[in-house]
Amino acid sequence: MAFHSRIDSPEIPKFSDLKRLACDQLIYLLEQLPGRKDLFIEADLMSPLDRIANVSILKQHEVDKLYRLDNKPVISSCDQLCFLIRPHIQAVKWISEIVNSDKITGKCRKYKIIFCPQKFYVCEAVLEEQGVFGDVTCDEWEFYFLPLDDDIISLELPEFFRDYFLDGDQRWVFATAKALHYFHSLFGLPLKVYGIGKCAKMTYEMWRQFIEEGEKKLSTDKTGNLFIFDRDVDFVTPLCSQVVYEGLLDDVFRIKCGSVELCSDVTASDKTIKVLLNSQDKVFNEIRNEHFSNVFGFLSQKAKNLQTAYDKRQGMDIKQMKNFVSQELKGLKQEHRLLSLHISASEYIMKRKTKLDFQELLKVEHSLLDGFNVRESISYIEEHIIRQISMFESLRLLCLLSLTENGLVSKDYRSLKSQYLQSYGIEHVLTFANLRQMGLLVEQQPGETFTAMESTVGKLVADKAVGKLTDAFSSLAKKSNFRALSKKLTLIPKSNEEYDLHSPPDMAYIFSGAYIPLSCKLIEQVLERDGWNGLEEVARMLNGNEFAVAAGGGGAGESKPKPQSSRLMFVIFLGGCTFSEISALRFLGKQKGYKFIIITTAITNSSRLLESLNDGHS
Amino acid sequence: MIRGKGDEEDYWNSSKFKAFTFDDDDEFSQLKESKKAVNSIQTLVDDDDDDDEDDVEKVGWNGEPVGSISLSIKETASRNRMSATDQELGFPKIETTMQNLSLSKQGSNYSLSSLFKGKNKMGNFQMLSECVGEIPSRHFAPELRKPKSQYKTYTLEDFRALRDKMLLLDEAVQLHNGNVITAVLIFLKKTLSKEILFRELESRQVALRHFIHYLKEMEELKLLNELLKFLGRTEEMALMQYREHLNLKDVNKKKEALKSCISLPFSAEDAGFVQDHYTLLERQIIIEANDQHMEKTGQVEVFKKNPRKAAILDMPIITTLYYSCFYHYGESEVST
Repeated sequence: MAFHSRIDSPEIPKFSDLKRLACDQLIYLLEQLPGRKDLFIEADLMSPLDRIANVSILKQHEVDKLYRLDNKPVISSCDQLCFLIRPHIQAVKWISEIVNSDKITGKCRKYKIIFCPQKFYVCEAVLEEQGVFGDVTCDEWEFYFLPLDDDIISLELPEFFRDYFLDGDQRWVFATAKALHYFHSLFGLPLKVYGIGKCAKMTYEMWRQFIEEGEKKLSTDKTGNLFIFDRDVDFVTPLCSQVVYEGLLDDVFRIKCGSVELCSDVTASDKTIKVLLNSQDKVFNEIRNEHFSNVFGFLSQKAKNLQTAYDKRQGMDIKQMKNFVSQELKGLKQEHRLLSLHISASEYIMKRKTKLDFQELLKVEHSLLDGFNVRESISYIEEHIIRQISMFESLRLLCLLSLTENGLVSKDYRSLKSQYLQSYGIEHVLTFANLRQMGLLVEQQPGETFTAMESTVGKLVADKAVGKLTDAFSSLAKKSNFRALSKKLTLIPKSNEEYDLHSPPDMAYIFSGAYIPLSCKLIEQVLERDGWNGLEEVARMLNGNEFAVAAGGGGAGESKPKPQSSRLMFVIFLGGCTFSEISALRFLGKQKGYKFIIITTAITNSSRLLESLNDGHS
Repeated sequence: MIRGKGDEEDYWNSSKFKAFTFDDDDEFSQLKESKKAVNSIQTLVDDDDDDDEDDVEKVGWNGEPVGSISLSIKETASRNRMSATDQELGFPKIETTMQNLSLSKQGSNYSLSSLFKGKNKMGNFQMLSECVGEIPSRHFAPELRKPKSQYKTYTLEDFRALRDKMLLLDEAVQLHNGNVITAVLIFLKKTLSKEILFRELESRQVALRHFIHYLKEMEELKLLNELLKFLGRTEEMALMQYREHLNLKDVNKKKEALKSCISLPFSAEDAGFVQDHYTLLERQIIIEANDQHMEKTGQVEVFKKNPRKAAILDMPIITTLYYSCFYHYGESEVST
C-alpha cells in the first residue's frame, strides 16, 4: 500500500520559494561586508545552511574559508570575519574571546555577527560586557523554514523543547509567531485556527497581534486551516518505538535535515554514504510510511521488477538496445542504486533489532499502553536496567511506564531509580530531577500532599499571587491521565481480529495496530467536529488551553474560500514531531481527503527528547 | 542627565498633569497616568539636552551610571543606518506590517517596542499596544520610512520607581516574548538590590523562570544559589552545586567537590546517592592507581590476557563491580 495522491486532494503550495528567499537574504547580509571574508558557522547551523546555500554559492560571494565555530583559537589570516550563529550565549562568548585576543595581539579586523533567526538582548548584553560591542556589527538572518519535503517544514530549533518545556523560557515564542506570520503572508491566512496548549495559545496571541497591527492589504485569500499543538499535550507518542520505515531510519541512523548517513557496516564498502531522503527518491517515497513488515515484501517485489526490466535486453536487437541504453538504463540504474541502499539499510535494521530482541520490547511497550500486565512490564524494565542494555532505552521505558500509569508507585520509583543510577551512573540524579519536573517520570503522590502544599504556600503570599502560584504548582504536578484519555478516545483498537497491516483501517498501524497516537487522534477529532464541541472533558484531562477560532477578521469583499482549500491542513508542533506522527497524519489525510502540511520546531524522537533532558554528563 | 530637584518641582507643579496620585485604586488609570508621566519625563529630558546626550551621565538606583543603554541605542541606531536593512531585499510585506503601529486596542500600556527597535533589527520588533503619547521623543531609524512621530523611544532608566519597574515587568510578561522579559530582568538586576528583586520575583512565576534560566546561562551560580535559598528551593540548589562537579576534569578535584556536596540539602534518597558517589569515586581512584601500576609491570596474568580498555574512573557501580570481579576475583578484601 502506498499513498498515491487522491485525485481530489488539494494542491500544496510550493515551498521551494522559502529556500530561495532565505538564501537571497543571507547573501545580501554577507555582501554588507564587502570583500574577502572567512565564515564561521555554529555546528547546529551547518546542516541547514548546506540545504539552503552550499559552499559554491558562498564562495561566489567572496566567502574565502569556512570554519566551524568552537572554543579554539582562530587561525584565519583574513581581515574580515563573519559569524553565523544561533543566539546562544556560549557562541557570543567565543566570538568575544576571538575579538579580544585579536585586540591584545594588535590585529585589526572587521567582525560581523549574523544571528539566526533573531538576536536576543542577552547576546548584546554579553557583547557589551566583554567590551566588544562597538567592534562588531550585528545582523539578523530571518531564516525560519527549512522545507524537508513537500509536506514537512522544520524550523530547526531543537532547543525549543528544553528551553520552553523544562526551563519555562519563552524566548522562542516570538520567532515561532513571526515564522507563522511570515508563512501565512506568503501562502494566505488560514480559515480557522485550532490549538491546544499554553505555548500554542501564546504563539497564537502573538501572531494575531502581528496580523492586527499589520498591513490591511494582506491577501484576503484564505487557504486551509491551522492546528497549533504543544508537545507536552502528548508525550507518550514520541516515546514509543517507531516501526514505520522512515521512523525506524531515524531511530537507528538519526536523520539530520532530511538526509541520513549510512555507515560502512550498512553499505558494505569502506565509506559512509549520505542519502537524501525525500519524495524525490522514488523507492523511498513508496516505503517511507509503511510498517516495517511490509517493507521487505515491497523491496523484494521491486527488485524482481528491476531484474525483469534488466532482462529485457536479452532479446533485444541493436536498435532496441540503443534505445534501452539511452532512455531506460539511467533510470533503472538510479532505481537500482536506491533499491540496494534501502535493502542494505533494512537488513541492518533487522539485524540490530533482532539482536536487541525488539519483538519482546514492543510487546512490553504495547502492554504498557494497554495497561495490561504492568508488573511483568516492570520486571522487564528492571532487567533491562540491570543488564545495562542502553541508557536511553531504559529511561524511555521508565517514562512510558510513568506516563501510562500516572506515575510510579513510591516503592517502584525508588527501587528503579536506585537501580538505574547504579547501572548507568549516579550523576543521573540530575536527569531524574529534570524528568520529574517535566512530569515524564514521577512518583505517585498521595492526594492530600498537593493540596497541603498549595494552602501552606498560599498563606505566605499575597492573595493576588495565589492564582499565579496555583498555576505554577499545577503545571509542576501535571497529571498524565493517559488511561482515561485512551478510553475516551479509543486509542487502543479492539484486538478481536488480526490487525491488517497491509490495508490498515486506522492510524494505529504506525504502532503495529496497538495504539493510535494521541496527538493525531486529537487532530482528527477536532477537525471532524470543527472545534472542541464534545471534547471538553478530553481537553480538561489535557490541562485545558484549547481554542478554536476563525482567524483573520472578516471584511467586505472577502473572497469566498474555495472548498478545496479548506481541506488543506497546516499542523504546527511546538516542541518537535516524530516521523511516525507525520506518517499517521499522511494516512489520515488519505482517509479523509485532507492534505496535511506539517510544520515543526524540529524533528524529534525518543532519543533526542531524552538526550535534551540528560544532565548527567559534563 | 542627573535630574535636579528643580526639574522635579517643575514636573510636579506643571499643569499638564492633573490628579496624578499613587493612591489611586483603579490600576487602569494608574497605568495610564504612570505612562503619561513617563512620557513627559522623557520630554523634559529631551527638551533640556537633546544634543549633548552622550556627555551626560545618567544615574540609576544604585548610583551607578546607566548611560550605556541609551548610548547603545544610539550606536545601534547609527549602525542600523550604516548597515543594510532587509527592506531592499524584497520583503516589503513583512517589513511594513511590522512598522504599521496601530493604536492600542485594550487600553494603554507601556510601550517597549521602540526600545527594542533599537535592540533588534528592522523586521523584528516587539509589537506592543502603542501608548498614545503626544510628544515624540527620540526619533528612530529613519529608514523605516514611516512618519517619525509614530515611534516612541524610552530608555529603561526612566523606570525608576519600584512600582513602575514591576508594572514594566508585568507588561513584558503579558507579551509572552521571552526575549523582552529577560531584557527587563537584566535591567532590574542592575538597578535593584537582590533582596528586593528576589522578593518581587517570588510572586511572579513566569519572570522567575526566565531569571533562573538567565542566571544559569550566564553561569552566575552564586546569585542563583542565593535566589534558590531565598525561595526555599534547597534541593534544586543542592543539585545545581552537584552538577558543577561534572565539569571538573581532574579526578581528585572531583572527589573533593563530591565530598563537599555530601552536606548539601538533598532530598533524603538523593543524599544517599551522592554519598555513594563519593565513596565509589574514592575507591575507584585507589583501584585505578593500583591497577595502572600492575598493568605497567606486566607481571599480572589477568591484565596481560585481557588488557583494560578504559580506566575504571567515573564508571557506574555495576560496571565497577563487574570490573572488580573480572580483574580481582579471589583477592581478599582491599583495605580502603
